Order: sequence, then C-alpha cells, then structure tokens
Amino acid sequence: MLMTDRERLAGEIKALAEQHDNCRTALIPIVQEIKQKYRKLDDFAMQVIADQLGIHPVEVYSVVSFYAFLGSAAHGKYIIRLCRTISCDMQGKERVMRQMENDLGIRFGETTADGKFSLEWANCMGMCDQGPAMLVNERVYTRVTPERVHEILEECRRSFGVHATEQKEVYLV
Amino acid sequence: MSPTPVQETSSRAPKSQQSLTIARAAGGEAIGGTVTATINGQEVKVPLGTTILAAAEEIGVRIPTLCHHPDLCVAGVCRVCVVEVEGQRTLQAACAFPITSPIKVLTHTRKVRQSRRHVIDLLLSEHYGECYACGRNNNCELQALAKEYGVDFFRFGHPSKPKYEIDCSSYSVIRDNNKCVLCRRCVRTCIDLQEVGTIEVAGRSDKSYITTFKDKPLGSVVCINCGQCINRCPTGALRANDPTDDVWAAIDDPRKHVVIQTAPSPRAAIGECFGLEPGTPLTYELNTALRMCGFDRIFDTNFTADLTIIEEGTELILRLHKALVGKDAAIALPQFTSCSPGWVKYLEHFYAEYIPNLSSAKSPQQMFGAVIKTYYAEKHGIDPKDIVTVALMPCSAKKFECNRSEMDDSGFKDVDYGLTTRELAKMISEAGLELPKLSKSDFDAPFGTATGSGVIFGATGGVMEAALRTVIELVTGTKVESLFDKANIIPVRGFEGVKYVELPITDVGPVPDILKHLVPDWNWLKGATLKVAVAHGTANAKKVMEDIKAGGMFSECHFIEFMGCPGGCIGGGGQPIPTSPEIRSARARAIYAEDAAYDVRKSHENPDVLTIYQEFLTDGPCGRKSHKLLHTHYVPRGKYIE
Ligand code: SF4
Ligand code: SF4
Ligand code: SF4
Ligand code: FES
Ligand code: FES
Repeated sequence: MLMTDRERLAGEIKALAEQHDNCRTALIPIVQEIKQKYRKLDDFAMQVIADQLGIHPVEVYSVVSFYAFLGSAAHGKYIIRLCRTISCDMQGKERVMRQMENDLGIRFGETTADGKFSLEWANCMGMCDQGPAMLVNERVYTRVTPERVHEILEECRRSFGVHATEQKEVYLV
Repeated sequence: MSPTPVQETSSRAPKSQQSLTIARAAGGEAIGGTVTATINGQEVKVPLGTTILAAAEEIGVRIPTLCHHPDLCVAGVCRVCVVEVEGQRTLQAACAFPITSPIKVLTHTRKVRQSRRHVIDLLLSEHYGECYACGRNNNCELQALAKEYGVDFFRFGHPSKPKYEIDCSSYSVIRDNNKCVLCRRCVRTCIDLQEVGTIEVAGRSDKSYITTFKDKPLGSVVCINCGQCINRCPTGALRANDPTDDVWAAIDDPRKHVVIQTAPSPRAAIGECFGLEPGTPLTYELNTALRMCGFDRIFDTNFTADLTIIEEGTELILRLHKALVGKDAAIALPQFTSCSPGWVKYLEHFYAEYIPNLSSAKSPQQMFGAVIKTYYAEKHGIDPKDIVTVALMPCSAKKFECNRSEMDDSGFKDVDYGLTTRELAKMISEAGLELPKLSKSDFDAPFGTATGSGVIFGATGGVMEAALRTVIELVTGTKVESLFDKANIIPVRGFEGVKYVELPITDVGPVPDILKHLVPDWNWLKGATLKVAVAHGTANAKKVMEDIKAGGMFSECHFIEFMGCPGGCIGGGGQPIPTSPEIRSARARAIYAEDAAYDVRKSHENPDVLTIYQEFLTDGPCGRKSHKLLHTHYVPRGKYIE
C-alpha cells in the first residue's frame, strides 16, 4: 500500500470514529464499514481503529476474530455464505454447493481470481423452514436450487456495471 | 504538601464499560451499610457489595479460585469457585457474586464438589503438559486444584500432543498456549493493570486462545517485557526466558571469570521460594549461596544504584541550570528516570516524542556491566573477554535490556545474562543449598560498600527518595535529617499510584567539589520549589504522561520517577509467584528496614563511588568518560507495527 493510500484510509477511519465520539462501542460498525469498502481489514487499518478508539490493536483483532462475519482476511465484492446447518443440509445444500463451486471455479473458503466472489459457510440463519438458505452480502436468498444459483450469480455480475449501486436492504426472494 | 494527583476518570473506557471491580465498601457506615450472609450456617456481616468469596474468607472458609486475582478485576470465567446460593437455580461464581441482600450460601455440597471436579477435569482435558518438565511444578494453581480435588484419572481425556507452537521470540517472556487454561488473568494484567495491551483472547468457544496482535511473535509486537503477566499466570503457560543453563556453563568453564551483581528486591523476596514469609531479607545468606554455586565475585547492584543517583542527579542539575539560567527552551523537563527497562520501552512505544525527557543515564544493571568489563577488568588485570557478567534482577525486562544492541559500551556485551529471582532460586536448589540456613557473608571488594539509598531503589518512590537525599544535601549543604526525620522522605513512599511532592529550596550552600566544574554556584536555585512525582505501573505512568501532554500539573515537575511494575521492582515480573498487594507491602517493609540499618544512607557518601570518580571516571559525573560508559540513548519505536 502506498503512503497516500494509508493516509486516506487513516483519514476515513478517523472521520468514522469521530462520528461515534471515538467511543469503543463503535468498533463493530467501523469495522463493518471499512470491510465493506475495502473488502478486507489489514493490520494497518486495525491499528488505526484501535488508536482512534483508545483501545489496543490486539483488542480489535480479538473482536474481529470472534465474529465469523468480521474476519480480517481479504474477500471478494460478494461474499456468498451458504447455510450448512442441519435443516438446510437436509434440504439439499450439497447440490447448491456443487453448482456454486462449478459456476465460480473455486472451492468454499476461496475467492475468485478477479476478486468478485468469495464462498463461505455459514450456520443457521433462522430460515430453516425455507432452506437451503444463503446470504449474498446482506441479502438473504431462500429455497435456493442449483438452477437458481446461476441466476443469482448473474444478478450480482450485472451490478458490476457502471450504473450499478449496492443494494443494502435485506429482502427475501 | 501534595495536591491530589490525576483523577481516576482518565481510564480509557467510558464509565459504563469500565471493568467491573467489586470494591469493598468502606465499612458499616458506607452507603448501604452491611448485610448478613449465612455461609454454611454461619452468619457473617459484611459491607454491601462484598463478594461471596471475600465473605467466606472472613470466616475462614476457603473457596478455590483460578481466574480470580487480588490485583485484577473480576472475570468469573473459570467457574472453579462455584457455590450454592439459596433461591438461585444454578450454581454461582463466588468471586463474581456481590452480596446485596441477606443470602444463604453453601460452599461444599455434593453438587458443588462434583461441579468443581468436572470443571477441573474439563480444564485438564485441554491441558497439554507434563508437570515434572514444567517450570511451575509445585507452584501451579492448576496442579494444586487437581490435587485438592483428588483428580486420579482424566474423566474427559487428556491431550497426548501439543496443539500450539511455543513462542520463544521474546528475550523476556515465553508463551506456551498448550498449558493455558484461558483464565485471562494475563489479558487483564496487560490491558487493565499495565495498559500495554499486548495480549488478548482470539477466536471463539473451544477455538479461543490467547494471542498477540495478528498472532505475531511476542518479540515483534508492542510488549514492554514487564513480565507482570507471568506473575499472574496460574500455570506454566507464561514463563520467563531462562538462561540458567548458560550461566551454569559459564561457571563450569574454568577460563571464565563469572561475576554476579544482586539487586535489592530479589534479596527481599527470594526467601519466599524457600518457604519463608514474604519480607524476609536474605541478602547475606545469598552471598554465601552464590559463592557456593561457583560465582567468582559477588557485587551489590546498589553500588551502581548510587552511581546512577550521582549521574542522574547531575544530569538533572545540568538540565535545570541550562533551563533556568541559560533560558534554553529546548531543554526537556521534567526529567524522567530511566532505570526501569519496562517503563523505558513503554515510553519508546507510546510516548516516543518524550524520549528527550528520559535521563540518559543507564540503569544500575547496565552501568555495572560496563564498569565491570572496564574499570574492574583493568584494576584486576582480567581480560574482559573472559568475564561473564550476570545480573540477579526482580525483572524480566532486564533480560531484554541487556540484549539491547546499544548496550556494549565496554566493547563487549555489558551484561551477559539477566537472571530473575525465581531462576536463581532454582539454581540454588539445584546446588542443594538450603538458603535460609546458610551463614552470612559479605559482598566482594571493590564494590562492596553500598548505601541505604541504593537499597530502596527496589520500592516505588525509592529512586526519588535516594535522589532527593543527595540533591538536597549537595545543593543546600544541610543534612537531609534536618528536614526529614532520620532521612526518611516519607511523602514519596507508599503504594499510591501517583505521588506528588513539592520541596521549597530556601537556602543554598557551597557547590561541592564533585560538581564544581559544572555549576559556579547555587544562587539560581535559591527560592525555587523543586516539584517531583512518582508513578509505578505503566497504567499510572500513562495517567501522568497524558497529564503532561495536556499541560497539566505534572508538566510543571522537574523530576519524575517511573517504574514499569506495580509497586516498583519488589513487584517485578521476575519475583516469586504469587504476588499480591500484601506480599508487595511485606517486601517493601524489608527493603526500608534494610535501608535503615545502613551506616551510610546517601549515594554521594558512598566511598567506593567517590573512588571510582577519582581513579577512573576522572572527568567527573556526566563527564566524557562517564557519558561513554554510563549513559545511553533510546529508540523511538512507536505503537504501530508492520
Ligand atoms: S502448568 Fe501446572 S499442571 Fe500444567 S504441566 Fe505445568 S505444573 Fe503441571
Ligand atoms: S510482559 Fe508485560 S507488556 Fe508484555 S505481555 Fe506481559 S504484561 Fe503485557
Ligand atoms: S496464559 Fe496463563 S494467565 Fe493467560 S489465560 Fe492462559 S493460563 Fe491464564
Ligand atoms: S438450518 Fe439453514 S437457516 Fe436454519
Ligand atoms: S475464580 Fe470465580 S469464576 Fe474463576
């Protein structure tokens, strides 16, 4: 990372922290925001966050490593999280998984070379009656079938266009 | 004399999130008054808010604990201390249960005993380690619990191989997570007590483990090597980097001249390793033991403590002179002490912009090393390359200090090995010596004479007291005794986190010979008020530093003593385990008693110190030669790591 990139990142974190009165309770929202924008949370970012909130970098790392959704590793623009808990498992998550891996050419736990998709496992998200369920970033998809996988991925790809905007609200399909 | 120093509110966390410490209310008259607890049928009246653990202790009922520590906030994570509380569905953690209404408690019912046993069994099911190959054998809280609860088999299994790599990257602290029981005492020590924040728990549930920032080696993250975490770890998961094998090897090598210096704090504490009450000084028995172990010469670190006072005191006088008379605005004041390597590294990380304020004088340990491999070697015709210098210290940061690359002013590594109190106790046991029963013997010449001032370096406020004794006499020409009864400068003593003292200088005397070449007279100090402060433990140091940054009262000080460890060296990370406020007080008492017993109690009256200035450091304190050997420089480290 160039020095100027670092400065920009530090400035952004500083502004975010100030919005929250530099209070340590803002740790999670700040981490989420930075992760969403940069798709990773590197060592430098964690140290700036700690500095701004008056805590220690290892405390940031501790929180980030506690929550599966906050992991500090780099990831793609879309993180697809497929539920692996028993109901979804019984409703065919294996087939969805295979379709997804075939379509993207990566395994679960990996990110595509173009940095667009990451595949991850998730545990029960409360959609057991409508499994298999999965999350694409913050969107929940239920009753996912191998056939629909292609459609969902296409939908994501389309949003890469110049006019694409990130959809934030959660809705069911 | 002393306005109230820093407010407690400088804690990093908002009030609502500050770690929960269940403080004992001030007695029956405190708001809320007392409450009656019935423990095993016996009634006890305690102040409202007292924990079940503390109430039980009051009537002689011991509840076992593991994550609880008298220096730390409540955690309630290990569940070893569970008890039955009437009206509560589940067992309650006695250490974390404040009594707020009359309650009935049962501390060792079948249910309680069984649960405790299961908790211990569960801890053991994740604990990889063989007691006989462990540094904490016989001094391990987990082992003791297993014995107390009669663990005779591993109900939930026992790991057969290690899960974690041992982190040996630090000169001072070794981390072995395989023996960790996740009590988080080290975390609370490092974050709350020391406010360094090196270690935390990462991961979740059965995958949680203690680690550093991004799992980096301890040697490369922000750690001040204070070893306070070691002292509070109930198991062998944290230990000091132990050089005893190398020290034995040097002793066994006939070509080597092995010299050891002993600091006052270990001498006041080592008895604890041999079953004596805390606060039993064994200074002279220790000399005998060291001779019997095979050390060639035994010197008293107090000698260089006295030297430190002369050098650091002179430096302070020079700074004040330049600032007050020369009106030089670039002179950094207040001057900070530099004898605690934990504090020094803390400053280098967190307040690097204040490095100019640190006294450039080396710590007594390092001065000794440099003097032994030059002055002593010369005087006794020994080739310094054949000299091995060992330092007995209460401190794990001293191991880091002697390995700092700039510490080779003698042309060799000034101090070869830093030994902690615990490690030396082990060597003595290994040599089959029963320390408390040995006869007494003295230190060796030419550094045999020490003063009481050197001894008190071990307790918080001691360096300040020693410095004041000397500075007052050198400047005013009157005896300290005329100001403070028996030269005991009580206001700088005691365990208050931050102390502040003002000393008006009403009269000045003639400039003593030793300083004549540096200042013409003392008139410029007449009518001035010397302002000094003392802080111990880096959390308190932080309060003072933040105050200085904000231009508060401490920025007006002239001289501030900082010690990295709570209580000063007597509470150092290399001292016998356990440590507690009571144990630290007992050790401090031993130190002040030793001071009172000395004939010479002021550094500038130490005849050996005067000799070294006549024979060797001929251009005087802070002269060219002493600058080369006895002074050092520091490294701005910052708190960001790559
Ligand atoms: S930590 Fe305690 S229980 Fe574990 S091996 Fe060492 S002495 Fe034994
Ligand atoms: S040695 Fe001191 S600074 Fe380092 S981890 Fe232990 S308590 Fe923290
Ligand atoms: S390293 Fe020691 S103090 Fe820290 S959590 Fe583990 S057992 Fe407890
Ligand atoms: S099991 Fe998949 S959502 Fe509950
Ligand atoms: S000692 Fe009470 S829960 Fe650990």
